[in-house]
Amino acid sequence: MDPIQTLVKNLADKHGRSRESVLPILQGVVEQEKFLSERSMIEIAREIDIPAADVYGTATFYSFLETKPAGKFIIRVCKTITCAMKGKNQVLFAIQEMLKINLGETTPDKQFTLLETNCLGWCHKAPAMLINDEIYTELTPEKVREILTSHMKANANH
Amino acid sequence: MANSHQLKRVDFIFRNENDWEKVLSTTIKKKPQELINALISSELKGRGGAGFPTGLKWKLTAESKEKQKYVICNADEGEPGTFKDREILSRVPYKVLTAMAICGYITGANKGYIYLRGEYKFLLPELNKVIDEFSYYCKEINLDFNIEIFMGSGAYICGEETALMESMEGKRGEPRNKPPFPTQAGYMGKPTVINNVETLVHSFTIFKYGAKKFYDLGVQYSRGTKLFSVSGDTPKPGIYELELGMSLQDFVYEFGDGDTKAVQVGGASGFLVPRKKFKDAAIGFKGKLTGISLPTGGSMMLFNSSRSMFNVLDNYLEFFREESCGQCTPCRVGCQQLLLGIKAVKRGEKPASYLDKLLRLTETMQYTAKCGLGQSVANSFSSIVANFREEMIY
Ligand code: SF4
Ligand code: FES
Repeated sequence: MDPIQTLVKNLADKHGRSRESVLPILQGVVEQEKFLSERSMIEIAREIDIPAADVYGTATFYSFLETKPAGKFIIRVCKTITCAMKGKNQVLFAIQEMLKINLGETTPDKQFTLLETNCLGWCHKAPAMLINDEIYTELTPEKVREILTSHMKANANH
Repeated sequence: MANSHQLKRVDFIFRNENDWEKVLSTTIKKKPQELINALISSELKGRGGAGFPTGLKWKLTAESKEKQKYVICNADEGEPGTFKDREILSRVPYKVLTAMAICGYITGANKGYIYLRGEYKFLLPELNKVIDEFSYYCKEINLDFNIEIFMGSGAYICGEETALMESMEGKRGEPRNKPPFPTQAGYMGKPTVINNVETLVHSFTIFKYGAKKFYDLGVQYSRGTKLFSVSGDTPKPGIYELELGMSLQDFVYEFGDGDTKAVQVGGASGFLVPRKKFKDAAIGFKGKLTGISLPTGGSMMLFNSSRSMFNVLDNYLEFFREESCGQCTPCRVGCQQLLLGIKAVKRGEKPASYLDKLLRLTETMQYTAKCGLGQSVANSFSSIVANFREEMIY
């Protein structure tokens, strides 16, 4: 068995093989692989015994289930109203400038992917962003640069 | 009179109660019927936005003869401007769990789920710890109730109760036709009580302090307190527990920055109230409050005169266009056309009268869209366009 097969099988062992396990399994693959490849979705379909189209249809419905390759750190900047009012654009520019990528892109070293997202539930501390599951609030361009630098450093040390 | 009602801060929800074990063990010694009656007489209504009477919901589920039933705590908070549920889950999670278990006892459900939005995944380790501790205690008192967390994955529509259940069943989170309602056929087709996080905490208060304590707060048709998520142009952004029925005037007096030109009540799917109507607007459920009454999921966004209401509407519509599940045409196409429409008017490609056409489109959506998302786009659209028409055009 190749790594994807093993991963899907382990997740199915853990969450079960009924339709209700689809989301937890998809989430588990994304956690490990950062995105859902065609291969992994077909594997899930086989493991649970439902059409691959159903797996794909479900996966693409959810914005946190990436179906395109993504970096190790997925940055999601909130673009909803309060964050927009409180300087989300400046924050976004600072990130783009520092990582030299545009929205929707991944850095060539596959470390960072930059996305926008809808309200993160931190409007009283806007602007906000998520890096993977970690939340960062009351952002300014300076603060963002610090945060990214520390991620890069932590990474270099690995 | 609503506008003479003063803003009253209350502290029930975040009050630290370290006796949840006692509340649980004494409550489940009472008869289910007695507890349902208490809930009904408190007049607690759901705090997620729709405002369905909580006691009635539990009663309907309790009456069902089915063996398997479920209790779901809806923690898929996604309305722009809302952040109260996260605060509850991180500060007083045991109150939520206790209320779920009591609900299970009353309705005959032995399984509870918390549907937690993907954006709040960082709460998971702490929550799981509390759940472990809680289950341990349930076993000790021989209460057969089990709670699990189900993670969402970033879809606003999954806050809609039937979409949430579809999602838990491993499908796209598309709202179902109603009826049947979840109380008859919910998760896995079984009777299900689904309540917002805050609603559950209020029921904890009621079980601990009695229905009267709750009922005595608020005003007619809008009893009790409510958590408000305050954001935007305010010197005091944050979460506040306030008595229901306050006038918007008093609210702005307390939370405004002296230059508040409008308040969006109830998030992107709520209503925008302009300055000249603050005096007549009261915050509570639809009903007999004087003047305009504004039901709310608790989101209050303040805008001062430096803000363009066109940008605000544009941002809301963008949100709806992205979050529409796409299942029904009025909403899927409607959201797109509204967004294109206001941009065209702004650029001068369409005459100002085109706004009236768009208003008619929102009316159509209100009547024909399948679920609350598509139906409520009309709220913010028409209240913003009606009150700030110039800003849409020039
Ligand atoms: S109104 Fe919108 S969100 Fe609701 S079912 Fe229709 S398309 Fe989906
Ligand atoms: S608007 Fe950005 S967190 Fe709510």
